[in-house]
Amino acid sequence: MNKAGTTDRIRFATVWLGGCSGCHMSFLDLDERLVELAEAAELVFSPFVDTKEFPEGVDVTLVEGAVTNRANLAMAERVRERSRIVVSLGDCAVTGNVTSLRNLFPVEAVLAPFRAEDGRSGKAFLDYTSIPELLPRALPLHQVIPVDGYVPGCPPDADRIWEAVRALLRGEPVALAESMRTFG
Amino acid sequence: MPVITLTINDELVSGRRGESLLEVIREHGITLPTLCHMEGLSERGGCRLCIVEVEGSPRPVTACTTTAREGMVIRTHTTRLIRYRRMIVELLLAERNHYCAVCVSVGHCELQNVAASLGVDHVRYEYLSPRVTMDLSHERFGMDHNRCILCTRCVRVCDEVEGVRTWDIAHRGVRSRIIADLNYPWGESETCTSCGKCVQVCPTGALFTKGATVGEMVKDPGMLRRVLEGRDRKEWEG
Repeated sequence: MNKAGTTDRIRFATVWLGGCSGCHMSFLDLDERLVELAEAAELVFSPFVDTKEFPEGVDVTLVEGAVTNRANLAMAERVRERSRIVVSLGDCAVTGNVTSLRNLFPVEAVLAPFRAEDGRSGKAFLDYTSIPELLPRALPLHQVIPVDGYVPGCPPDADRIWEAVRALLRGEPVALAESMRTFG
Repeated sequence: MPVITLTINDELVSGRRGESLLEVIREHGITLPTLCHMEGLSERGGCRLCIVEVEGSPRPVTACTTTAREGMVIRTHTTRLIRYRRMIVELLLAERNHYCAVCVSVGHCELQNVAASLGVDHVRYEYLSPRVTMDLSHERFGMDHNRCILCTRCVRVCDEVEGVRTWDIAHRGVRSRIIADLNYPWGESETCTSCGKCVQVCPTGALFTKGATVGEMVKDPGMLRRVLEGRDRKEWEG
């Protein structure tokens, strides 16, 4: 039984890892289809809702973004542990994409400009100790945890997301048509 | 014209003597993906996407470089071939830095389209993320090695159609790079005529017109045919 007092809605989550949130913006472009989704699914965790902890017993989780730092890594592992189906949403989760552009350089070289001191204040531009440590490389989600489906695109447009979500709501695997599975 | 008969996917079909397997297969409406093949250029057999099973041959052969012969028994879409084609595309995507989202050719890219058509919705291999360069020394065109799949269409069109051979390949295997002259910046090449044929035949965003930004590089795949047909008709003589 979920909070709404019904048992027929699936427990649905979306997670934002190393991405620009464009995939989540595209998700909002589902527009009136969001109403249909809300009838079939309860959004138990997402940047759109105010749940702090990723809950147990989630049916479907869409993950945006590459796994680029330790917080992403811990979150990805928790998502896998607690979700029945995990789907990579968008190119950063699927391929690493723009988030992984930094893989061409060692982490130290990537961070050097942020560690540099501001000429006026004498302080570093960024207090790097306060943000999660970068992994040596930004990784596609499926290189970190087993993934059950892929929705490529940067961002995947709302029609693609809806195709995938509809299949998931029916309990079917994500199988996008050719025109809906291009990268980029 | 002498006609030959062969079997493709359990169906008896005819072809003309001297045709490649790829030509016969495509004439019969069967879709076979290719990236290095281009009508009007010599065949290279480099991308390996057009591999087919020929009865009696233990390993797949490239349809583009195999001449069709009487009595051949061909299969174009066995489980093994479909698996290999996917692997090939995934390896191409893993070898260089194909960031489709920020590429000049996104939406008009043969590699992007082939990946989608073969159902490549993710890459199972580790991305090599090589640090390769861009050559922007030419006045009108750019070469982005991040997107190059070494199909050598540029090398062949420059050699066989423009008659110059500015382009060639340096090094071996995964270190291979397309180079101008003897590894000069493109803009300093003494042989390049700036005709731009290489740019038009390039299947990805590796060769592009300067000034094109994301998705703006639309190639003209009909250019080569027009040039070759125009030459046959001696359109530009006199």
